[in-house]
Amino acid sequence: MNNPRILEIRRGVLEKNDLLAQQLRARFNGAGVYVANLVSSPGAGKTALLEVMLRRLREAGHHAAALVGDLATDNDAQRLARSGAPVHQIETGGNCHLEADMIAAHLAEWGIELKGLEYLFIENVGNLVCPASYDLGEHLRAVMLSVTEGEDKPLKYPTMFNSSDVTLITKIDIAEAVEFDRAAAYANVQAVRPGMTIFETSAKTGQGVTDWLDYLAERREMLHTPTPQVESS
Amino acid sequence: MHELSIAYNLVDIASQAAEQAHAQRVDVVYLRLGRLSGVEKDALLFGYDIAVKETILEGSRLEIEDVPVTVYCPACDAVSALEDIQLFCCPHCGTPTGDIRQGRELEIISLEIDNEQPAYS
Repeated sequence: MNNPRILEIRRGVLEKNDLLAQQLRARFNGAGVYVANLVSSPGAGKTALLEVMLRRLREAGHHAAALVGDLATDNDAQRLARSGAPVHQIETGGNCHLEADMIAAHLAEWGIELKGLEYLFIENVGNLVCPASYDLGEHLRAVMLSVTEGEDKPLKYPTMFNSSDVTLITKIDIAEAVEFDRAAAYANVQAVRPGMTIFETSAKTGQGVTDWLDYLAERREMLHTPTPQVESS
Repeated sequence: MHELSIAYNLVDIASQAAEQAHAQRVDVVYLRLGRLSGVEKDALLFGYDIAVKETILEGSRLEIEDVPVTVYCPACDAVSALEDIQLFCCPHCGTPTGDIRQGRELEIISLEIDNEQPAYS
Protein backbone atom coordinates (compact mmCIF):
# COMPACT_ATOMS: atom_id res chain seq x y z
CA MET A 1 0.00 0.00 0.00
CA ASN A 2 1.35 3.37 -1.02
CA ASN A 3 1.90 5.96 1.61
CA PRO A 4 3.63 8.94 0.06
CA ARG A 5 5.10 11.43 2.47
CA ILE A 6 7.83 13.97 3.02
CA LEU A 7 10.80 12.86 5.05
CA GLU A 8 12.64 15.79 6.63
CA ILE A 9 16.43 15.46 6.59
CA ARG A 10 18.24 18.81 6.78
CA ARG A 11 21.77 17.53 6.52
CA GLY A 12 24.79 19.07 4.87
CA VAL A 13 26.01 17.05 1.90
CA LEU A 14 29.61 17.63 3.04
CA GLU A 15 28.92 17.00 6.73
CA LYS A 16 31.42 14.14 6.91
CA ASN A 17 34.19 16.30 5.52
CA ASP A 18 33.24 19.24 7.73
CA LEU A 19 33.19 17.13 10.88
CA LEU A 20 36.56 15.60 10.07
CA ALA A 21 37.96 19.06 9.33
CA GLN A 22 36.80 20.28 12.74
CA GLN A 23 38.52 17.32 14.38
CA LEU A 24 41.71 18.05 12.45
CA ARG A 25 41.59 21.72 13.47
CA ALA A 26 41.20 20.72 17.11
CA ARG A 27 44.21 18.44 16.72
CA PHE A 28 46.27 21.21 15.10
CA ASN A 29 45.26 23.63 17.85
CA GLY A 30 46.22 21.10 20.50
CA ALA A 31 49.65 20.64 18.94
CA GLY A 32 50.11 24.39 18.44
CA VAL A 33 50.71 24.05 14.71
CA TYR A 34 49.37 26.74 12.41
CA VAL A 35 47.97 25.32 9.19
CA ALA A 36 47.62 27.17 5.90
CA ASN A 37 45.90 25.79 2.81
CA LEU A 38 47.45 27.17 -0.40
CA VAL A 39 45.21 27.24 -3.46
CA SER A 40 45.68 28.56 -6.99
CA SER A 41 45.28 27.68 -10.61
CA PRO A 42 47.95 25.36 -12.07
CA GLY A 43 51.18 27.22 -12.72
CA ALA A 44 50.57 30.20 -10.44
CA GLY A 45 53.74 29.37 -8.53
CA LYS A 46 52.54 27.62 -5.38
CA THR A 47 55.48 25.26 -5.21
CA ALA A 48 58.12 27.91 -6.01
CA LEU A 49 56.83 30.29 -3.33
CA LEU A 50 56.39 27.50 -0.81
CA GLU A 51 59.97 26.36 -1.36
CA VAL A 52 61.22 29.87 -0.52
CA MET A 53 58.91 30.08 2.50
CA LEU A 54 60.10 26.73 3.87
CA ARG A 55 63.75 27.69 3.35
CA ARG A 56 63.33 31.08 5.05
CA LEU A 57 61.51 29.58 8.00
CA ARG A 58 64.15 26.91 8.41
CA GLU A 59 66.98 29.46 8.25
CA ALA A 60 65.25 31.47 10.97
CA GLY A 61 65.13 28.37 13.17
CA HIS A 62 61.43 27.65 12.76
CA HIS A 63 59.85 24.25 12.29
CA ALA A 64 57.67 24.01 9.21
CA ALA A 65 56.48 21.12 7.10
CA ALA A 66 54.43 20.67 3.95
CA LEU A 67 51.80 18.30 2.61
CA VAL A 68 51.68 18.52 -1.16
CA GLY A 69 48.68 17.49 -3.22
CA ASP A 70 49.07 16.66 -6.87
CA LEU A 71 47.09 14.75 -9.44
CA ALA A 72 50.15 12.65 -10.27
CA THR A 73 53.95 12.60 -9.82
CA ASP A 74 55.93 13.59 -6.75
CA ASN A 75 58.00 16.24 -8.60
CA ASP A 76 56.71 19.03 -6.37
CA ALA A 77 57.49 17.14 -3.19
CA GLN A 78 61.03 16.50 -4.44
CA ARG A 79 61.47 20.19 -5.22
CA LEU A 80 60.17 21.21 -1.80
CA ALA A 81 62.38 18.68 -0.03
CA ARG A 82 65.37 20.72 -1.22
CA SER A 83 64.40 23.30 1.39
CA GLY A 84 65.31 20.75 4.07
CA ALA A 85 61.81 20.79 5.56
CA PRO A 86 59.81 17.59 6.07
CA VAL A 87 57.60 17.13 3.02
CA HIS A 88 54.99 14.52 2.23
CA GLN A 89 53.24 13.93 -1.08
CA ILE A 90 49.53 13.27 -1.55
CA GLU A 91 48.94 11.84 -4.99
CA THR A 92 45.24 12.27 -5.55
CA GLY A 93 45.07 9.89 -8.51
CA GLY A 94 43.01 12.24 -10.63
CA ASN A 95 40.97 13.81 -7.84
CA CYS A 96 40.84 17.54 -8.51
CA HIS A 97 41.05 18.69 -4.88
CA LEU A 98 42.06 17.58 -1.40
CA GLU A 99 39.52 16.47 1.19
CA ALA A 100 39.82 16.32 4.97
CA ASP A 101 39.99 12.50 5.01
CA MET A 102 43.03 12.59 2.72
CA ILE A 103 44.77 14.97 5.13
CA ALA A 104 43.98 12.71 8.09
CA ALA A 105 45.09 9.56 6.26
CA HIS A 106 48.31 11.10 4.99
CA LEU A 107 49.24 12.58 8.35
CA ALA A 108 48.95 9.05 9.74
CA GLU A 109 50.93 7.50 6.89
CA TRP A 110 53.60 10.21 7.17
CA GLY A 111 53.84 9.73 10.91
CA ILE A 112 54.96 13.31 11.48
CA GLU A 113 54.95 14.57 15.05
CA LEU A 114 52.69 17.63 15.01
CA LYS A 115 53.80 18.71 18.42
CA GLY A 116 56.88 20.89 18.04
CA LEU A 117 55.88 21.88 14.52
CA GLU A 118 55.04 25.57 14.12
CA TYR A 119 53.62 25.62 10.61
CA LEU A 120 52.09 23.07 8.31
CA PHE A 121 51.44 24.13 4.74
CA ILE A 122 49.01 22.19 2.61
CA GLU A 123 49.59 22.75 -1.07
CA ASN A 124 46.24 21.97 -2.69
CA VAL A 125 45.78 20.64 -6.21
CA GLY A 126 46.08 23.42 -8.81
CA ASN A 127 42.43 24.29 -9.37
CA LEU A 128 40.40 27.41 -8.60
CA VAL A 129 37.02 25.68 -8.43
CA CYS A 130 36.77 22.41 -6.55
CA PRO A 131 39.04 23.05 -3.51
CA ALA A 132 36.75 25.93 -2.46
CA SER A 133 34.11 23.54 -1.08
CA TYR A 134 36.40 21.51 1.17
CA ASP A 135 37.49 22.56 4.63
CA LEU A 136 40.77 20.78 5.42
CA GLY A 137 40.92 21.92 9.03
CA GLU A 138 43.22 24.79 8.08
CA HIS A 139 43.44 28.05 9.99
CA LEU A 140 43.98 30.15 6.92
CA ARG A 141 43.33 29.77 3.22
CA ALA A 142 45.63 31.70 0.90
CA VAL A 143 44.80 32.02 -2.78
CA MET A 144 47.62 32.80 -5.19
CA LEU A 145 47.26 34.90 -8.28
CA SER A 146 50.23 35.22 -10.61
CA VAL A 147 50.77 38.43 -12.56
CA THR A 148 50.68 36.43 -15.81
CA GLU A 149 47.16 35.15 -15.24
CA GLY A 150 45.09 38.24 -15.86
CA GLU A 151 43.68 40.64 -13.34
CA ASP A 152 40.14 39.35 -13.72
CA LYS A 153 40.78 35.93 -12.14
CA PRO A 154 38.95 36.96 -8.92
CA LEU A 155 35.85 37.81 -10.96
CA LYS A 156 36.03 34.52 -12.82
CA TYR A 157 36.44 32.49 -9.62
CA PRO A 158 34.61 34.54 -6.99
CA THR A 159 33.80 31.53 -4.79
CA MET A 160 37.46 30.60 -4.37
CA PHE A 161 38.58 34.16 -3.72
CA ASN A 162 35.66 34.74 -1.37
CA SER A 163 36.39 31.60 0.62
CA SER A 164 40.05 32.56 1.04
CA ASP A 165 41.51 34.79 3.74
CA VAL A 166 44.54 36.20 1.97
CA THR A 167 45.56 36.82 -1.65
CA LEU A 168 49.19 36.28 -2.59
CA ILE A 169 50.11 37.92 -5.85
CA THR A 170 53.01 35.87 -7.23
CA LYS A 171 55.78 36.49 -9.79
CA ILE A 172 55.64 40.21 -9.04
CA ASP A 173 59.21 40.51 -10.39
CA ILE A 174 57.87 40.23 -13.93
CA ALA A 175 54.81 42.45 -13.39
CA GLU A 176 56.11 45.20 -15.61
CA ALA A 177 57.10 42.91 -18.46
CA VAL A 178 53.61 41.38 -18.61
CA GLU A 179 51.90 44.76 -18.08
CA PHE A 180 50.21 43.63 -14.91
CA ASP A 181 47.49 46.10 -13.97
CA ARG A 182 47.94 46.28 -10.21
CA ALA A 183 45.01 48.64 -9.58
CA ALA A 184 42.60 46.39 -11.48
CA ALA A 185 43.81 43.28 -9.67
CA TYR A 186 43.38 44.91 -6.27
CA ALA A 187 39.94 46.27 -7.19
CA ASN A 188 38.80 42.82 -8.37
CA VAL A 189 40.02 41.10 -5.21
CA GLN A 190 38.27 43.69 -3.06
CA ALA A 191 35.07 43.37 -5.14
CA VAL A 192 34.69 39.67 -4.32
CA ARG A 193 36.12 39.84 -0.79
CA PRO A 194 36.00 43.32 0.73
CA GLY A 195 38.84 43.99 3.13
CA MET A 196 40.98 41.05 2.01
CA THR A 197 44.69 41.26 2.82
CA ILE A 198 46.95 41.17 -0.25
CA PHE A 199 50.69 40.46 -0.41
CA GLU A 200 52.86 40.94 -3.50
CA THR A 201 55.48 38.23 -3.64
CA SER A 202 58.28 36.90 -5.79
CA ALA A 203 59.83 33.49 -5.28
CA LYS A 204 62.71 34.63 -7.48
CA THR A 205 63.73 37.84 -5.70
CA GLY A 206 62.17 37.04 -2.34
CA GLN A 207 60.13 40.26 -2.43
CA GLY A 208 57.21 40.27 -0.01
CA VAL A 209 58.06 36.90 1.52
CA THR A 210 59.15 38.42 4.84
CA ASP A 211 55.93 40.43 5.18
CA TRP A 212 53.85 37.35 4.39
CA LEU A 213 55.75 35.18 6.88
CA ASP A 214 55.48 37.91 9.54
CA TYR A 215 51.74 37.96 8.98
CA LEU A 216 51.62 34.17 9.46
CA ALA A 217 53.67 34.47 12.65
CA GLU A 218 51.17 37.01 14.02
CA ARG A 219 48.27 34.77 13.14
CA ARG A 220 50.01 31.84 14.76
CA GLU A 221 50.49 33.84 17.95
CA MET A 222 46.73 34.37 18.03
CA LEU A 223 46.27 30.58 18.23
CA HIS A 224 47.80 30.69 21.68
CA THR A 225 45.87 33.71 22.87
CA PRO A 226 42.43 32.66 23.99
CA THR A 227 39.90 34.97 22.40
CA PRO A 228 36.32 35.35 23.60
CA GLN A 229 33.85 33.48 21.44
CA VAL A 230 32.09 35.88 19.12
CA GLU A 231 28.48 35.01 18.51
CA SER A 232 27.68 35.05 14.82
CA SER A 233 24.08 35.83 14.19
CA MET B 1 34.80 18.65 -11.65
CA HIS B 2 33.95 17.55 -8.13
CA GLU B 3 30.17 17.43 -8.56
CA LEU B 4 30.19 13.68 -9.17
CA SER B 5 31.83 13.07 -5.81
CA ILE B 6 29.38 15.53 -4.22
CA ALA B 7 26.54 13.58 -5.87
CA TYR B 8 27.82 10.32 -4.35
CA ASN B 9 27.89 11.97 -0.90
CA LEU B 10 24.36 13.22 -1.42
CA VAL B 11 23.10 9.80 -2.51
CA ASP B 12 24.77 8.12 0.48
CA ILE B 13 23.05 10.41 2.97
CA ALA B 14 19.67 10.32 1.24
CA SER B 15 19.56 6.57 0.68
CA GLN B 16 20.57 5.90 4.28
CA ALA B 17 17.75 8.14 5.51
CA ALA B 18 15.27 6.55 3.09
CA GLU B 19 16.17 3.06 4.20
CA GLN B 20 15.89 3.98 7.86
CA ALA B 21 12.38 5.26 7.13
CA HIS B 22 11.56 1.96 5.37
CA ALA B 23 10.91 3.78 2.12
CA GLN B 24 9.92 1.63 -0.77
CA ARG B 25 10.70 4.25 -3.31
CA VAL B 26 12.09 7.78 -3.37
CA ASP B 27 10.39 10.16 -5.79
CA VAL B 28 12.09 13.49 -5.12
CA VAL B 29 15.17 14.72 -3.28
CA TYR B 30 15.01 18.38 -2.25
CA LEU B 31 18.32 20.21 -2.03
CA ARG B 32 19.24 23.79 -1.17
CA LEU B 33 22.22 25.02 -3.17
CA GLY B 34 23.88 28.32 -2.36
CA ARG B 35 25.50 30.37 -5.09
CA LEU B 36 28.71 30.37 -3.06
CA SER B 37 28.71 26.62 -2.40
CA GLY B 38 31.25 26.06 -5.15
CA VAL B 39 28.95 23.53 -6.77
CA GLU B 40 27.65 23.89 -10.31
CA LYS B 41 23.95 23.03 -10.60
CA ASP B 42 23.99 21.41 -14.04
CA ALA B 43 27.06 19.35 -13.24
CA LEU B 44 25.43 18.17 -10.01
CA LEU B 45 22.25 17.13 -11.84
CA PHE B 46 24.39 15.23 -14.33
CA GLY B 47 26.35 13.57 -11.52
CA TYR B 48 23.15 12.70 -9.69
CA ASP B 49 21.85 10.55 -12.53
CA ILE B 50 25.07 8.56 -12.40
CA ALA B 51 25.31 8.31 -8.62
CA VAL B 52 21.74 7.02 -8.10
CA LYS B 53 22.27 3.93 -10.26
CA GLU B 54 21.44 0.73 -8.39
CA THR B 55 20.40 2.58 -5.24
CA ILE B 56 16.98 3.20 -3.74
CA LEU B 57 17.16 6.64 -5.33
CA GLU B 58 17.26 5.30 -8.87
CA GLY B 59 14.48 6.94 -10.85
CA SER B 60 14.12 9.83 -8.39
CA ARG B 61 14.31 13.49 -9.30
CA LEU B 62 16.72 15.98 -7.75
CA GLU B 63 14.91 19.24 -7.06
CA ILE B 64 17.36 22.08 -6.46
CA GLU B 65 16.40 25.32 -4.78
CA ASP B 66 18.89 28.07 -5.65
CA VAL B 67 19.84 30.06 -2.60
CA PRO B 68 20.97 33.62 -3.34
CA VAL B 69 23.86 35.20 -1.47
CA THR B 70 22.69 37.65 1.15
CA VAL B 71 24.95 40.10 2.95
CA TYR B 72 24.55 42.36 5.94
CA CYS B 73 25.14 46.06 5.35
CA PRO B 74 26.20 47.92 8.50
CA ALA B 75 25.28 51.29 6.97
CA CYS B 76 21.68 50.25 6.20
CA ASP B 77 21.50 47.80 9.11
CA ALA B 78 19.81 45.40 6.71
CA VAL B 79 20.35 42.04 5.03
CA SER B 80 19.93 42.06 1.26
CA ALA B 81 20.49 39.67 -1.63
CA LEU B 82 23.52 40.34 -3.83
CA GLU B 83 22.78 40.95 -7.46
CA ASP B 84 25.94 39.20 -8.56
CA ILE B 85 28.71 37.43 -6.70
CA GLN B 86 31.40 39.42 -8.50
CA LEU B 87 30.58 42.46 -6.42
CA PHE B 88 30.17 42.20 -2.67
CA CYS B 89 28.48 45.45 -1.80
CA CYS B 90 25.11 46.52 -0.48
CA PRO B 91 22.62 46.69 -3.40
CA HIS B 92 20.98 49.73 -1.76
CA CYS B 93 23.82 52.02 -0.73
CA GLY B 94 26.90 50.46 -2.35
CA THR B 95 28.86 49.94 0.88
CA PRO B 96 31.33 47.06 0.43
CA THR B 97 30.50 44.18 2.73
CA GLY B 98 31.76 40.65 3.12
CA ASP B 99 29.39 39.80 5.95
CA ILE B 100 27.68 36.83 4.31
CA ARG B 101 24.47 35.62 5.86
CA GLN B 102 23.38 33.04 3.31
CA GLY B 103 24.61 31.44 0.10
CA ARG B 104 27.03 28.70 1.10
CA GLU B 105 24.30 26.05 1.54
CA LEU B 106 24.72 22.56 0.18
CA GLU B 107 22.02 20.87 2.16
CA ILE B 108 19.53 18.05 1.69
CA ILE B 109 16.22 19.33 3.02
CA SER B 110 13.85 16.44 2.56
CA LEU B 111 12.85 13.42 0.53
CA GLU B 112 9.51 12.57 -0.98
CA ILE B 113 9.17 8.88 -0.30
CA ASP B 114 6.65 6.14 -0.76
CA ASN B 115 6.38 3.99 2.30
CA GLU B 116 5.83 0.36 2.55
CA GLN B 117 4.33 -0.73 5.82
CA PRO B 118 7.09 -2.85 7.36
CA ALA B 119 5.90 -6.46 7.57
CA TYR B 120 7.08 -6.83 11.15
CA SER B 121 5.29 -3.86 12.63
